[in-house]
Amino acid sequence: MTAESPAELPAPEALMACPSCDALYVERPVAPGETARCLRCHEVLEAPRQTAMTRIIMLAVSAMILMIAAIFFPFLELEAAGRMHRSSLLDTVLAFSSGLTAPLTIAMASLIVVVPMIRIGALIYVMAPMAFGHAPARHAEVVFRVAESLRPWAMAEIFVVGVAVALVKVAGMAHIFIGPAFWAFVALVIVTVLKDNFMSRVTLWKTLEHRRPS
Amino acid sequence: MEDAGAPAPILTAKAAGLVGCTQCGRVHRPGVARCTRCGARLQSRDVTSLQRVWAWLFAGLVVYIPANIYPMLLTTILGKTSESTIFGGVVELMHHGSYGVAAIVFGASIVIPISKFIAIAYLALSVQHQVAMSAHRRHQLYEAVEFIGRWSMIDVFVVAILSSLVQLDFAASINPGIAAVSFALSVAFTMISAQSFDSRLIWDVDGE
Ligand SMILES: [Zn+2]
Ligand SMILES: [Zn+2]
Repeated sequence: MTAESPAELPAPEALMACPSCDALYVERPVAPGETARCLRCHEVLEAPRQTAMTRIIMLAVSAMILMIAAIFFPFLELEAAGRMHRSSLLDTVLAFSSGLTAPLTIAMASLIVVVPMIRIGALIYVMAPMAFGHAPARHAEVVFRVAESLRPWAMAEIFVVGVAVALVKVAGMAHIFIGPAFWAFVALVIVTVLKDNFMSRVTLWKTLEHRRPS
Repeated sequence: MEDAGAPAPILTAKAAGLVGCTQCGRVHRPGVARCTRCGARLQSRDVTSLQRVWAWLFAGLVVYIPANIYPMLLTTILGKTSESTIFGGVVELMHHGSYGVAAIVFGASIVIPISKFIAIAYLALSVQHQVAMSAHRRHQLYEAVEFIGRWSMIDVFVVAILSSLVQLDFAASINPGIAAVSFALSVAFTMISAQSFDSRLIWDVDGE
């Protein structure tokens, strides 16, 4: 329900403001499976899901395993004029390591590998204790805030499209073989999208608050 | 929330003399510095938001110019090196008949960045000036900018993949050009610009 005028407002603790447009609402319990949206900007406010926590952890753990596989298995192989060249994810990241383009190496490594890994690790750290019925781990709030702020900078899915474009570009001059690491990476992207869709930020913050013994 | 009946006039936390958290939605009395639920910094409206939006947008625009002038890729085949810019790469793809991929690269490296510059500037201006677009449409525009902007990074990834893959010594090799750096910076700067924007400002103008 909408809060109508300042005179009849309950205490701030019983209210919530839409994070995107600041519309004020009186808090009410949202049942699992239900999705509460802001009336004004239609942004999702709360979307609690049964067993969401366990599912996110399972997806995060599989994402972690897939990422490790993607780093160590061969990624792409190229054959031209009887010569083979094998490239791993690491080689791709290090492609910018010469001369003026060197700073890009760090940026690339961050966008493709480091930031996604930090996010996965952070989510496991925040949610695992709660999924097993314990109180949140120490500094879980800080960890979750960092994980959320890194979200736009995890670009694994964009990288996958980049690989597809690159394959078309070299198709004329060489044979390309796609290694197991590439498929691990594609799977990682799917798992990441699923995982992010299970999460509603406000719901998670409320859960963190309720589980924290004060 | 969604179950409210008749669309009552919306009261904002600001109008009620309170401060809402942009991370977790918790409402606080004015004067509280950090959110008691999530620890995020609290501000009724981010007053320096627009300055940062303009500064990052300008920086993004400045580095976007060399990104288009200088070569993105250096291709060496049998000792002969040829350079190609972002636009040159698109033309090359069209020559090979890969129209779909040419469209993806053209969209990600030229259409998205330019529409993003215009969209962010429009949104920032709309906070201080009266504009025709409704607050709801502008909110959707902002969401679109935040969602699509990151995809411009595709071409930088393509350059990285090609450079690591095509290293066959004399026969053929591909190396990144300086434009890859300035283009990556341009994408990053405009992403920061969009993130600096306080989306609640869109609705404030509409409300009064
Ligand atoms: Zn809203
Ligand atoms: Zn908060």
